[in-house]
Amino acid sequence: MVLGALAALILTSKGWHNVRNTFFDWGAFKDAFPDVLDGFWLDVKIFTIVEVAVLVLGLVVAITRSTRAPAFFPLRMLAATYTDVFRGVPVILVVYLIGFGIPALELSGVPSDPVVLGGVALALSYAAYVAEVYRAGIDSIHPGQTSAALSLGLTPVQATRHVVLPQAVRRVVPPLLNDFIALQKDVALVSILGPLEAFRVAQIEASSTFNYTPLLAAAALYLAVTIPMARIVDRLAARDRLLRSAGAPV
Amino acid sequence: MTAPPVLELQGVTKAYGDAEVLRGVDLAVPEHEAVALIGASGSGKSTLLRCVDLLEEIDDGDVLLDGEVITDPSVDPVQARRRLAMVFQSFNLFPHLTVLENVLLAPSRAHGMPRAEAAQAANELLARFGLAGREADYPDRLSGGQQQRVAIIRALATRPRALLLDEITSALDPELVGEVLEVVRELKSEGMTMLIATHEMGFARDVADEICFLHDGRIVERGDPRRLLSQPEQPETQRFLRRLLEAGRL
Repeated sequence: MVLGALAALILTSKGWHNVRNTFFDWGAFKDAFPDVLDGFWLDVKIFTIVEVAVLVLGLVVAITRSTRAPAFFPLRMLAATYTDVFRGVPVILVVYLIGFGIPALELSGVPSDPVVLGGVALALSYAAYVAEVYRAGIDSIHPGQTSAALSLGLTPVQATRHVVLPQAVRRVVPPLLNDFIALQKDVALVSILGPLEAFRVAQIEASSTFNYTPLLAAAALYLAVTIPMARIVDRLAARDRLLRSAGAPV
Repeated sequence: MTAPPVLELQGVTKAYGDAEVLRGVDLAVPEHEAVALIGASGSGKSTLLRCVDLLEEIDDGDVLLDGEVITDPSVDPVQARRRLAMVFQSFNLFPHLTVLENVLLAPSRAHGMPRAEAAQAANELLARFGLAGREADYPDRLSGGQQQRVAIIRALATRPRALLLDEITSALDPELVGEVLEVVRELKSEGMTMLIATHEMGFARDVADEICFLHDGRIVERGDPRRLLSQPEQPETQRFLRRLLEAGRL
Protein backbone atom coordinates (compact mmCIF):
# COMPACT_ATOMS: atom_id res chain seq x y z
CA MET A 1 0.00 0.00 0.00
CA VAL A 2 2.83 2.34 0.93
CA LEU A 3 4.47 1.54 -2.38
CA GLY A 4 1.24 2.20 -4.23
CA ALA A 5 0.77 5.53 -2.51
CA LEU A 6 4.36 6.45 -3.27
CA ALA A 7 3.94 5.47 -6.93
CA ALA A 8 0.73 7.49 -7.17
CA LEU A 9 2.46 10.47 -5.59
CA ILE A 10 5.30 10.31 -8.10
CA LEU A 11 3.15 9.61 -11.16
CA THR A 12 0.76 12.49 -10.43
CA SER A 13 3.47 14.97 -9.53
CA LYS A 14 3.83 18.09 -11.66
CA GLY A 15 7.34 17.26 -12.84
CA TRP A 16 6.72 13.59 -13.63
CA HIS A 17 6.34 14.25 -17.32
CA ASN A 18 9.77 15.86 -17.51
CA VAL A 19 11.38 13.22 -15.32
CA ARG A 20 9.95 10.48 -17.49
CA ASN A 21 11.44 12.05 -20.57
CA THR A 22 14.90 12.67 -19.12
CA PHE A 23 15.31 9.49 -17.00
CA PHE A 24 13.08 6.86 -18.60
CA ASP A 25 13.60 7.36 -22.29
CA TRP A 26 13.60 3.87 -23.78
CA GLY A 27 15.23 5.05 -26.98
CA ALA A 28 18.07 6.71 -25.12
CA PHE A 29 18.44 3.62 -22.96
CA LYS A 30 18.86 1.42 -26.01
CA ASP A 31 21.32 3.84 -27.62
CA ALA A 32 23.48 4.17 -24.54
CA PHE A 33 23.38 0.60 -23.31
CA PRO A 34 26.13 -0.92 -25.56
CA ASP A 35 28.63 1.81 -24.62
CA VAL A 36 27.78 1.60 -20.94
CA LEU A 37 28.07 -2.18 -21.09
CA ASP A 38 31.53 -1.80 -22.65
CA GLY A 39 32.47 0.42 -19.74
CA PHE A 40 31.01 -2.07 -17.31
CA TRP A 41 33.48 -4.75 -18.36
CA LEU A 42 36.17 -2.52 -16.93
CA ASP A 43 34.21 -2.47 -13.65
CA VAL A 44 34.02 -6.25 -13.69
CA LYS A 45 37.73 -6.53 -14.35
CA ILE A 46 38.57 -4.08 -11.57
CA PHE A 47 36.36 -5.62 -8.90
CA THR A 48 37.41 -9.16 -9.73
CA ILE A 49 41.09 -8.38 -9.32
CA VAL A 50 40.52 -6.12 -6.31
CA GLU A 51 38.43 -8.80 -4.58
CA VAL A 52 41.25 -11.32 -4.85
CA ALA A 53 43.75 -8.75 -3.55
CA VAL A 54 41.40 -7.84 -0.70
CA LEU A 55 40.95 -11.47 0.34
CA VAL A 56 44.71 -11.99 0.55
CA LEU A 57 45.68 -8.65 2.10
CA GLY A 58 42.80 -8.74 4.59
CA LEU A 59 43.80 -12.22 5.72
CA VAL A 60 47.44 -11.24 6.19
CA VAL A 61 46.43 -8.21 8.27
CA ALA A 62 43.96 -10.24 10.33
CA ILE A 63 46.50 -12.97 11.09
CA THR A 64 49.09 -10.38 12.01
CA ARG A 65 46.70 -8.74 14.44
CA SER A 66 45.71 -12.09 15.93
CA THR A 67 49.22 -13.31 16.76
CA ARG A 68 50.21 -13.15 20.39
CA ALA A 69 53.98 -13.51 20.12
CA PRO A 70 55.77 -10.48 21.63
CA ALA A 71 58.19 -10.43 18.68
CA PHE A 72 55.30 -9.45 16.41
CA PHE A 73 54.43 -6.36 18.42
CA PRO A 74 55.67 -3.82 15.83
CA LEU A 75 53.87 -5.63 13.02
CA ARG A 76 50.71 -5.80 15.15
CA MET A 77 50.87 -2.07 15.72
CA LEU A 78 51.37 -1.46 12.01
CA ALA A 79 48.39 -3.65 11.13
CA ALA A 80 46.20 -1.96 13.74
CA THR A 81 47.16 1.50 12.49
CA TYR A 82 46.46 0.45 8.92
CA THR A 83 42.95 -0.81 9.69
CA ASP A 84 42.16 2.24 11.82
CA VAL A 85 43.26 4.70 9.14
CA PHE A 86 41.74 3.02 6.09
CA ARG A 87 38.45 2.23 7.78
CA GLY A 88 38.20 5.76 9.06
CA VAL A 89 38.83 7.63 5.80
CA PRO A 90 36.07 7.84 3.16
CA VAL A 91 36.84 5.59 0.20
CA ILE A 92 36.46 8.50 -2.22
CA LEU A 93 39.21 10.36 -0.37
CA VAL A 94 41.55 7.39 -0.59
CA VAL A 95 40.88 7.16 -4.32
CA TYR A 96 41.69 10.87 -4.70
CA LEU A 97 44.82 10.76 -2.58
CA ILE A 98 46.28 7.68 -4.25
CA GLY A 99 44.98 8.38 -7.75
CA PHE A 100 46.25 11.96 -7.92
CA GLY A 101 48.91 11.95 -5.20
CA ILE A 102 51.06 9.06 -6.35
CA PRO A 103 51.50 10.23 -9.98
CA ALA A 104 52.31 13.72 -8.67
CA LEU A 105 55.30 12.27 -6.84
CA GLU A 106 56.78 11.41 -10.26
CA LEU A 107 58.49 8.33 -8.91
CA SER A 108 60.03 6.05 -11.51
CA GLY A 109 58.79 2.49 -11.63
CA VAL A 110 55.56 3.32 -9.85
CA PRO A 111 52.48 2.80 -12.04
CA SER A 112 50.55 5.93 -12.95
CA ASP A 113 47.70 4.18 -14.76
CA PRO A 114 44.52 5.50 -13.09
CA VAL A 115 42.86 2.07 -13.33
CA VAL A 116 45.70 0.49 -11.38
CA LEU A 117 45.85 3.29 -8.82
CA GLY A 118 42.08 3.30 -8.39
CA GLY A 119 42.18 -0.46 -7.87
CA VAL A 120 44.96 -0.09 -5.31
CA ALA A 121 42.95 2.53 -3.44
CA LEU A 122 39.86 0.31 -3.37
CA ALA A 123 41.90 -2.70 -2.29
CA LEU A 124 43.53 -0.78 0.57
CA SER A 125 40.18 0.53 1.81
CA TYR A 126 38.29 -2.73 1.57
CA ALA A 127 41.09 -4.93 2.91
CA ALA A 128 40.87 -2.92 6.14
CA TYR A 129 37.19 -3.86 6.48
CA VAL A 130 37.74 -7.44 5.41
CA ALA A 131 40.62 -7.84 7.87
CA GLU A 132 38.20 -7.03 10.69
CA VAL A 133 35.69 -9.54 9.33
CA TYR A 134 38.36 -12.25 9.28
CA ARG A 135 39.49 -11.25 12.75
CA ALA A 136 35.98 -11.57 14.12
CA GLY A 137 35.90 -15.06 12.60
CA ILE A 138 39.25 -16.00 14.13
CA ASP A 139 38.17 -14.68 17.54
CA SER A 140 34.94 -16.70 17.36
CA ILE A 141 36.83 -20.01 17.32
CA HIS A 142 36.93 -21.50 20.82
CA PRO A 143 40.44 -21.38 22.37
CA GLY A 144 40.04 -25.11 23.14
CA GLN A 145 40.58 -25.75 19.43
CA THR A 146 44.03 -24.18 19.58
CA SER A 147 44.81 -25.97 22.86
CA ALA A 148 43.90 -29.31 21.29
CA ALA A 149 45.99 -28.62 18.20
CA LEU A 150 49.03 -27.56 20.24
CA SER A 151 48.71 -30.46 22.66
CA LEU A 152 48.81 -32.84 19.69
CA GLY A 153 52.18 -31.37 18.75
CA LEU A 154 51.22 -28.97 15.98
CA THR A 155 53.21 -25.76 15.81
CA PRO A 156 51.30 -22.51 16.42
CA VAL A 157 51.43 -21.80 12.68
CA GLN A 158 50.06 -25.28 11.86
CA ALA A 159 47.32 -24.85 14.46
CA THR A 160 46.27 -21.60 12.80
CA ARG A 161 46.56 -22.97 9.29
CA HIS A 162 44.84 -26.35 9.76
CA VAL A 163 42.49 -25.81 12.68
CA VAL A 164 41.58 -22.16 13.30
CA LEU A 165 41.51 -20.60 9.82
CA PRO A 166 39.41 -23.23 8.02
CA GLN A 167 36.70 -22.84 10.64
CA ALA A 168 37.00 -19.06 10.86
CA VAL A 169 36.82 -18.50 7.11
CA ARG A 170 33.73 -20.69 6.76
CA ARG A 171 31.97 -18.62 9.38
CA VAL A 172 32.68 -15.28 7.74
CA VAL A 173 31.78 -16.08 4.13
CA PRO A 174 28.39 -14.27 4.30
CA PRO A 175 29.76 -11.01 5.79
CA LEU A 176 32.69 -11.18 3.35
CA LEU A 177 30.35 -11.38 0.38
CA ASN A 178 28.40 -8.47 1.84
CA ASP A 179 31.52 -6.36 1.73
CA PHE A 180 32.03 -7.46 -1.87
CA ILE A 181 28.60 -6.13 -2.80
CA ALA A 182 29.65 -2.76 -1.43
CA LEU A 183 32.95 -3.00 -3.28
CA GLN A 184 31.27 -3.78 -6.62
CA LYS A 185 29.31 -0.54 -6.40
CA ASP A 186 32.24 1.49 -5.19
CA VAL A 187 34.24 0.66 -8.31
CA ALA A 188 32.30 3.61 -9.77
CA LEU A 189 34.52 5.83 -7.60
CA VAL A 190 37.46 5.00 -9.87
CA SER A 191 35.66 7.14 -12.48
CA ILE A 192 36.88 10.30 -10.77
CA LEU A 193 40.37 9.41 -11.97
CA GLY A 194 39.15 9.28 -15.57
CA PRO A 195 38.88 5.64 -16.69
CA LEU A 196 35.86 4.94 -18.87
CA GLU A 197 33.96 2.57 -16.61
CA ALA A 198 30.17 2.24 -16.71
CA PHE A 199 29.27 5.21 -14.53
CA ARG A 200 31.74 7.50 -16.30
CA VAL A 201 30.48 6.45 -19.76
CA ALA A 202 26.89 6.98 -18.69
CA GLN A 203 27.78 10.39 -17.27
CA ILE A 204 29.42 11.47 -20.52
CA GLU A 205 26.47 10.28 -22.60
CA ALA A 206 24.05 11.99 -20.25
CA SER A 207 25.81 15.34 -20.45
CA SER A 208 26.11 15.21 -24.24
CA THR A 209 22.40 14.46 -24.78
CA PHE A 210 20.93 16.21 -21.73
CA ASN A 211 19.16 12.96 -20.98
CA TYR A 212 19.91 11.01 -17.80
CA THR A 213 18.64 7.63 -18.98
CA PRO A 214 22.20 6.29 -19.60
CA LEU A 215 22.74 6.50 -15.83
CA LEU A 216 19.83 4.12 -15.41
CA ALA A 217 21.53 1.75 -17.83
CA ALA A 218 24.58 1.82 -15.56
CA ALA A 219 22.38 1.29 -12.50
CA ALA A 220 20.80 -1.75 -14.16
CA LEU A 221 24.23 -3.22 -14.79
CA TYR A 222 25.39 -2.71 -11.20
CA LEU A 223 22.19 -4.37 -10.01
CA ALA A 224 22.80 -7.26 -12.39
CA VAL A 225 25.87 -8.23 -10.36
CA THR A 226 24.93 -7.09 -6.86
CA ILE A 227 21.49 -8.70 -6.66
CA PRO A 228 22.70 -12.22 -7.52
CA MET A 229 25.48 -11.72 -4.99
CA ALA A 230 22.94 -10.71 -2.35
CA ARG A 231 20.91 -13.86 -3.07
CA ILE A 232 24.06 -15.98 -2.67
CA VAL A 233 24.67 -14.34 0.71
CA ASP A 234 21.07 -15.09 1.77
CA ARG A 235 21.37 -18.68 0.69
CA LEU A 236 24.68 -19.25 2.48
CA ALA A 237 23.33 -17.67 5.65
CA ALA A 238 20.21 -19.86 5.47
CA ARG A 239 22.33 -22.95 4.89
CA ASP A 240 24.46 -22.11 7.90
CA ARG A 241 21.37 -21.78 10.09
CA LEU A 242 19.97 -25.05 8.78
CA LEU A 243 23.21 -26.95 9.32
CA ARG A 244 23.68 -25.52 12.78
CA SER A 245 20.17 -26.49 13.87
CA ALA A 246 20.59 -29.95 12.35
CA GLY A 247 23.84 -30.38 14.24
CA ALA A 248 25.83 -30.99 11.09
CA PRO A 249 29.32 -29.64 10.51
CA VAL A 250 29.43 -25.98 9.65
CA MET B 1 70.38 -46.41 38.52
CA THR B 2 66.65 -46.63 38.08
CA ALA B 3 64.94 -44.78 35.27
CA PRO B 4 63.46 -41.40 36.20
CA PRO B 5 59.69 -41.14 36.36
CA VAL B 6 58.06 -40.36 33.02
CA LEU B 7 56.55 -37.20 34.46
CA GLU B 8 57.73 -35.21 37.41
CA LEU B 9 56.70 -31.87 38.89
CA GLN B 10 58.98 -30.06 41.31
CA GLY B 11 57.61 -27.08 43.24
CA VAL B 12 55.40 -25.92 40.40
CA THR B 13 53.66 -22.61 41.04
CA LYS B 14 51.29 -20.74 38.82
CA ALA B 15 49.29 -17.56 39.38
CA TYR B 16 46.88 -15.62 37.22
CA GLY B 17 47.49 -12.09 38.42
CA ASP B 18 46.86 -12.19 42.16
CA ALA B 19 45.12 -15.55 42.08
CA GLU B 20 47.57 -18.29 42.99
CA VAL B 21 46.31 -21.46 41.35
CA LEU B 22 49.25 -23.78 42.06
CA ARG B 23 51.36 -23.22 45.17
CA GLY B 24 54.31 -25.55 44.91
CA VAL B 25 53.16 -28.90 43.56
CA ASP B 26 55.45 -31.94 43.70
CA LEU B 27 54.35 -35.01 41.83
CA ALA B 28 55.81 -38.01 40.03
CA VAL B 29 54.25 -40.45 37.58
CA PRO B 30 56.46 -43.52 37.07
CA GLU B 31 56.30 -45.47 33.84
CA HIS B 32 53.16 -47.60 33.36
CA GLU B 33 51.49 -46.01 36.36
CA ALA B 34 48.44 -43.81 36.63
CA VAL B 35 48.14 -40.94 39.09
CA ALA B 36 44.69 -39.50 39.72
CA LEU B 37 44.18 -35.89 40.76
CA ILE B 38 41.02 -35.30 42.75
CA GLY B 39 39.70 -32.15 44.33
CA ALA B 40 36.92 -29.60 44.11
CA SER B 41 36.38 -27.51 40.98
CA GLY B 42 38.87 -24.68 41.03
CA SER B 43 41.42 -26.60 43.10
CA GLY B 44 43.91 -26.39 40.23
CA LYS B 45 43.60 -29.81 38.59
CA SER B 46 43.08 -28.54 35.05
CA THR B 47 45.70 -25.82 35.41
CA LEU B 48 48.18 -28.44 36.60
CA LEU B 49 47.57 -30.57 33.51
CA ARG B 50 47.78 -27.57 31.20
CA CYS B 51 51.10 -26.59 32.80
CA VAL B 52 52.47 -30.09 32.27
CA ASP B 53 51.51 -29.90 28.58
CA LEU B 54 53.11 -26.43 28.40
CA LEU B 55 49.80 -24.85 27.38
CA GLU B 56 50.34 -22.50 30.33
CA GLU B 57 53.63 -21.05 31.44
CA ILE B 58 54.56 -21.82 35.02
CA ASP B 59 55.91 -19.13 37.33
CA ASP B 60 58.31 -21.27 39.30
CA GLY B 61 59.45 -24.87 39.67
CA ASP B 62 60.16 -27.49 37.00
CA VAL B 63 58.26 -30.00 34.92
CA LEU B 64 60.36 -32.99 33.88
CA LEU B 65 59.61 -35.45 31.11
CA ASP B 66 61.79 -38.57 31.22
CA GLY B 67 64.18 -36.65 33.46
CA GLU B 68 64.48 -33.65 31.14
CA VAL B 69 63.32 -30.25 32.36
CA ILE B 70 60.81 -29.31 29.65
CA THR B 71 59.90 -25.98 31.28
CA ASP B 72 63.45 -24.77 30.66
CA PRO B 73 63.43 -21.79 28.25
CA SER B 74 65.90 -23.59 25.99
CA VAL B 75 63.44 -26.43 25.34
CA ASP B 76 61.15 -26.05 22.35
CA PRO B 77 57.63 -26.46 23.78
CA VAL B 78 56.41 -27.93 20.47
CA GLN B 79 58.95 -30.76 20.73
CA ALA B 80 57.98 -31.44 24.34
CA ARG B 81 54.24 -31.45 23.56
CA ARG B 82 54.83 -33.99 20.80
CA ARG B 83 55.88 -36.48 23.47
CA LEU B 84 52.70 -35.94 25.49
CA ALA B 85 49.03 -35.98 24.61
CA MET B 86 46.06 -34.44 26.34
CA VAL B 87 42.34 -35.24 26.28
CA PHE B 88 39.99 -32.43 27.25
CA GLN B 89 36.73 -32.22 29.15
CA SER B 90 34.96 -30.65 26.15
CA PHE B 91 36.51 -33.10 23.62
CA ASN B 92 37.81 -30.25 21.41
CA LEU B 93 37.49 -32.34 18.28
CA PHE B 94 38.01 -30.34 15.09
CA PRO B 95 34.45 -29.92 13.75
CA HIS B 96 35.52 -29.20 10.17
CA LEU B 97 37.40 -32.49 9.88
CA THR B 98 36.06 -36.02 9.70
CA VAL B 99 36.77 -38.54 12.44
CA LEU B 100 39.65 -40.02 10.45
CA GLU B 101 41.06 -36.59 9.57
CA ASN B 102 40.90 -35.60 13.25
CA VAL B 103 43.00 -38.63 14.15
CA LEU B 104 45.42 -38.23 11.22
CA LEU B 105 46.12 -34.50 11.46
CA ALA B 106 48.84 -34.64 14.12
CA PRO B 107 50.62 -37.84 13.02
CA SER B 108 50.90 -36.64 9.42
CA ARG B 109 51.51 -32.93 10.01
CA ALA B 110 53.38 -32.79 13.32
CA HIS B 111 55.00 -36.20 13.66
CA GLY B 112 56.07 -36.75 10.08
CA MET B 113 54.49 -40.18 9.90
CA PRO B 114 53.96 -41.46 6.36
CA ARG B 115 50.28 -40.98 5.62
CA ALA B 116 49.60 -44.61 4.68
CA GLU B 117 51.17 -45.87 7.87
CA ALA B 118 49.34 -43.26 9.97
CA ALA B 119 46.03 -44.09 8.30
CA GLN B 120 46.47 -47.79 8.98
CA ALA B 121 47.26 -47.16 12.64
CA ALA B 122 44.31 -44.78 12.92
CA ASN B 123 41.89 -47.27 11.39
CA GLU B 124 43.12 -49.99 13.73
CA LEU B 125 42.60 -47.76 16.76
CA LEU B 126 39.14 -46.70 15.61
CA ALA B 127 38.12 -50.30 15.02
CA ARG B 128 39.51 -51.39 18.35
CA PHE B 129 37.48 -48.84 20.29
CA GLY B 130 34.21 -49.49 18.50
CA LEU B 131 34.29 -46.72 15.94
CA ALA B 132 34.72 -48.73 12.75
CA GLY B 133 32.43 -47.34 10.07
CA ARG B 134 32.46 -43.82 11.54
CA GLU B 135 35.72 -42.72 9.87
CA ALA B 136 34.04 -40.41 7.34
CA ASP B 137 31.54 -38.89 9.78
CA TYR B 138 31.91 -35.40 11.16
CA PRO B 139 32.17 -35.17 14.96
CA ASP B 140 28.72 -33.56 15.32
CA ARG B 141 27.16 -36.78 14.06
CA LEU B 142 28.58 -38.73 16.99
CA SER B 143 27.32 -39.12 20.54
CA GLY B 144 29.30 -37.47 23.32
CA GLY B 145 30.79 -40.80 24.35
CA GLN B 146 31.84 -41.53 20.79
CA GLN B 147 33.32 -38.07 20.41
CA GLN B 148 35.39 -38.45 23.54
CA ARG B 149 36.60 -41.87 22.39
CA VAL B 150 37.70 -40.28 19.11
CA ALA B 151 39.53 -37.63 21.14
CA ILE B 152 41.34 -40.34 23.09
CA ILE B 153 42.23 -42.15 19.88
CA ARG B 154 43.44 -38.86 18.38
CA ALA B 155 45.76 -38.48 21.37
CA LEU B 156 46.95 -42.10 21.20
CA ALA B 157 47.71 -41.79 17.49
CA THR B 158 50.65 -39.52 18.34
CA ARG B 159 52.19 -42.37 20.40
CA PRO B 160 52.69 -40.28 23.52
CA ARG B 161 54.96 -41.14 26.45
CA ALA B 162 52.12 -40.20 28.79
CA LEU B 163 48.45 -39.28 28.51
CA LEU B 164 47.00 -36.29 30.32
CA LEU B 165 43.26 -36.70 30.92
CA ASP B 166 41.41 -33.58 32.03
CA GLU B 167 38.03 -34.58 33.52
CA ILE B 168 37.22 -36.42 30.34
CA THR B 169 33.78 -37.60 31.50
CA SER B 170 32.54 -34.38 33.11
CA ALA B 171 30.76 -33.15 29.99
CA LEU B 172 29.09 -36.50 29.28
CA ASP B 173 25.59 -37.71 30.01
CA PRO B 174 25.78 -40.25 32.86
CA GLU B 175 24.92 -43.21 30.64
CA LEU B 176 27.87 -42.43 28.35
CA VAL B 177 30.52 -42.21 31.09
CA GLY B 178 31.09 -45.96 31.25
CA GLU B 179 32.12 -46.47 27.64
CA VAL B 180 34.78 -43.76 27.93
CA LEU B 181 36.18 -44.98 31.25
CA GLU B 182 36.33 -48.48 29.80
CA VAL B 183 38.79 -47.22 27.18
CA VAL B 184 41.01 -45.70 29.88
CA ARG B 185 40.93 -48.94 31.92
CA GLU B 186 42.05 -50.83 28.84
CA LEU B 187 44.89 -48.39 28.21
CA LYS B 188 45.99 -48.73 31.82
CA SER B 189 46.07 -52.50 31.56
CA GLU B 190 48.38 -52.10 28.58
CA GLY B 191 50.76 -50.02 30.63
CA MET B 192 50.00 -46.49 29.41
CA THR B 193 51.41 -43.86 31.76
CA MET B 194 48.67 -41.43 32.75
CA LEU B 195 47.99 -38.33 34.80
CA ILE B 196 44.24 -38.13 35.33
CA ALA B 197 42.13 -35.28 36.71
CA THR B 198 38.76 -36.75 37.59
CA HIS B 199 35.55 -36.46 39.60
CA GLU B 200 34.82 -40.18 39.27
CA MET B 201 36.07 -41.61 42.57
CA GLY B 202 35.21 -45.22 41.76
CA PHE B 203 37.16 -44.95 38.54
CA ALA B 204 40.10 -43.31 40.32
CA ARG B 205 40.13 -46.11 42.88
CA ASP B 206 40.14 -48.81 40.19
CA VAL B 207 42.58 -47.40 37.73
CA ALA B 208 45.02 -45.23 39.69
CA ASP B 209 48.16 -46.38 41.46
CA GLU B 210 48.14 -43.23 43.52
CA ILE B 211 45.56 -40.55 44.27
CA CYS B 212 46.53 -36.96 44.98
CA PHE B 213 44.00 -34.70 46.66
CA LEU B 214 44.45 -31.16 45.47
CA HIS B 215 43.13 -28.34 47.62
CA ASP B 216 43.74 -24.66 47.09
CA GLY B 217 46.69 -25.22 44.77
CA ARG B 218 48.48 -27.72 47.01
CA ILE B 219 48.54 -31.50 47.20
CA VAL B 220 47.16 -31.88 50.71
CA GLU B 221 47.15 -35.66 50.81
CA ARG B 222 48.34 -38.47 48.61
CA GLY B 223 48.51 -42.20 48.78
CA ASP B 224 47.08 -45.56 47.89
CA PRO B 225 43.62 -45.06 46.33
CA ARG B 226 41.76 -47.44 48.67
CA ARG B 227 43.35 -46.06 51.78
CA LEU B 228 42.91 -42.41 50.80
CA LEU B 229 39.29 -42.77 49.80
CA SER B 230 38.24 -44.88 52.79
CA GLN B 231 40.47 -43.45 55.54
CA PRO B 232 41.50 -39.91 54.61
CA GLU B 233 43.86 -38.37 57.16
CA GLN B 234 43.70 -34.66 56.41
CA PRO B 235 40.63 -32.65 57.48
CA GLU B 236 40.29 -31.07 53.98
CA THR B 237 40.26 -34.50 52.36
CA GLN B 238 37.72 -35.75 54.89
CA ARG B 239 35.49 -32.74 54.24
CA PHE B 240 35.73 -33.15 50.45
CA LEU B 241 34.92 -36.85 50.55
CA ARG B 242 32.06 -36.34 53.01
CA ARG B 243 30.50 -33.80 50.67
CA LEU B 244 30.80 -36.23 47.76
CA LEU B 245 29.22 -38.92 49.89
CA GLU B 246 26.32 -36.65 50.80
CA ALA B 247 25.84 -35.80 47.12
CA GLY B 248 25.69 -39.53 46.37
CA ARG B 249 28.82 -39.31 44.21
CA LEU B 250 30.95 -41.80 46.14
